Amino acid sequence: MIIDINFIGLIIASIMASAVPLILASCGELITERSGVLNLGVEGMMIIGAISGFALMTVTGSLIIAIFGAMLAGVLISTIFAFLTQTLITNHVATGLALTIFGIGISAMIGKNFVGIPGKEFPVLFESLKETIPLLGPILFGHSIVFYFAFALPFITSYFLKKTKIGLIVRAVGDSPESASNQGINVRLVRYACILYGGAMSGLAGAYLSMIYTPQWIENMTGGRGWIALALVVFSTWNPIKILIGAMIFGGLTIIQFHMQAIGVRIPVQFLTALPYIVTIIVLVVISRDSRKIRLSTPSSLGKSFHKDN
Amino acid sequence: MIKIVKRGQPSRAIFFFTPVLAIFLTLVAGGLIFFILGFKPFEALKFFFIVPIADKYGFSELLLKATPLCLIAIGLSFCFKSNNWNIGAEGQLTFGAIVSGGVALLFYEQEGFYILPTVILAGAIGGMLYASIPAILKTYFNTNEILVSLMLVYVSKLILDYLVVGPWSNPEGFNFPETRQFSDSAKLPLLFEGLRIHAGIFLALAAVVISWFVFYKTYLGFQMKVSGLSLKTAKYAGYKGKKMIILVFLISGACAGLAGVGEITGPIGQLHREISPDYGFTAIIVAFLGRLHPVGIIFASLVVAITYLGAETAQIFMQIPKYTGQVFQGMILFFLLASDYLLFFKIKFIGLKK
Repeated sequence: MIIDINFIGLIIASIMASAVPLILASCGELITERSGVLNLGVEGMMIIGAISGFALMTVTGSLIIAIFGAMLAGVLISTIFAFLTQTLITNHVATGLALTIFGIGISAMIGKNFVGIPGKEFPVLFESLKETIPLLGPILFGHSIVFYFAFALPFITSYFLKKTKIGLIVRAVGDSPESASNQGINVRLVRYACILYGGAMSGLAGAYLSMIYTPQWIENMTGGRGWIALALVVFSTWNPIKILIGAMIFGGLTIIQFHMQAIGVRIPVQFLTALPYIVTIIVLVVISRDSRKIRLSTPSSLGKSFHKDN
Repeated sequence: MIKIVKRGQPSRAIFFFTPVLAIFLTLVAGGLIFFILGFKPFEALKFFFIVPIADKYGFSELLLKATPLCLIAIGLSFCFKSNNWNIGAEGQLTFGAIVSGGVALLFYEQEGFYILPTVILAGAIGGMLYASIPAILKTYFNTNEILVSLMLVYVSKLILDYLVVGPWSNPEGFNFPETRQFSDSAKLPLLFEGLRIHAGIFLALAAVVISWFVFYKTYLGFQMKVSGLSLKTAKYAGYKGKKMIILVFLISGACAGLAGVGEITGPIGQLHREISPDYGFTAIIVAFLGRLHPVGIIFASLVVAITYLGAETAQIFMQIPKYTGQVFQGMILFFLLASDYLLFFKIKFIGLKK
């Protein structure tokens, strides 16, 4: 049997494509969590991004407005979370859950008129170079700009956290808000910014789903990806580069599942669909077992409210 | 001028007043959203909150929806009081339904007084088994219970889907994704002719009474409260933390499992693909809105149950998607959490005098 080498390239490319929304949302959430805030609303922000992007694209016809509009929608919805948790000092877990429930509801409300409308084709870059190199051609070329951005993001995030002054401030706020505050850093402002940034990235992840990956609007189309993105942050032990690896594993599970069904492997489809969730649990168990390691890498103030008495 | 002052002690009156305030604010915001969408706000709110429960049938439907919400929320309050974030009640409900449904199918076309109790017990055990996974992983492997319990929701729904499409599907069912009808002995009796409200409501009421007793009259309830307020204090006092985590998860899972039993052995009488419209998630809101207090949870479950009915009516009469119910549910929780600010801070209005 001869396996076409370009076919393998295409499979790898499709794994990467399915990893894109996970990378975007996880990298955003990672910054939020590094500042000490646990936002469980990723799924809600993502679905808001998905409908906003799709609706704006259909109404305005402009892909640029749609992409940036989706990010803005993510920012707006995360502002609710930021205001509640930072200004009104509410519980992070409960507020995040409310955000997810609210987001799914409101997206379906807005999306009512957009069900069944076909999407637009999103332009891809370097299409002509695809055939030039075997195997690597389909992996490297012929993708959307969001795709390339997503694969650069973990490296940018890592650089930001380790090498820039603002990155240091974010980490300081997450690890010890009291001392950061004593140093004259406005903890609340930094956390606001990190939450809104997370919202923007989740919005972009959603827009990628509804505009590029499967160009259409379906109610609840994020299908739990927001939760997997949250799990990926723990999986990565708050290290952006490891998010890349994790997202590829989960993207791979999704794609392999399609191919196994296609070649007629006699495993119930439900089992294959459940695989990413089961693997997430197993991975969480394996990395959490070493409680010392988790404690060392978790932002110390994660999920705890900070209130400075005036 | 407005000045914000920290209260010395959280106000108890406000503790029970803020849920009412939250519901009021949700109605205002909901009216506003309807207005933006181009509906008459008062008419829309009437369709949402009054029309559905205006007659006997509507009221029975309200109780039917409030029953699982109340039952699950009571269970969750054990977890939340002791600082355990079980957000996978939906999965525990589904797995409880699977186990009890499986037992009910074993008794296919059999009659006997012992069948129903066995089926109910099986559901509770199913829910407990499923809840024990995040509990054990949390206590012995230090794994985050939020993510584990949530991932298990997706898994349980896929198991159910596999069973009703595959091995358990009705052989005479023309490939519909559902099982055979349970025998009458495996069904919870209906309470009134022509209405769908069933005996499951007594399970919920029993849970309310038992939980009240445990919370306020037993040492265990006291331990839970202390652990919830401060884990350090609990450790210092020598409470068995691990045992308690597992126990509250088991209680919570049993309640969710029982809710699952009610859903399948009540009016429907078979397993099928969609046994719960996310009761397990909505019950989280109910638990908070009810202030984790058994009586509060009863009221909260009735209020939140209306959002389900209202969404259905609004869908029929106003062509608003049924997901609008979730918008209201999310808003209730937002406003509730926001108004908790009043618990700890006083807002003083000071005149503009200089």
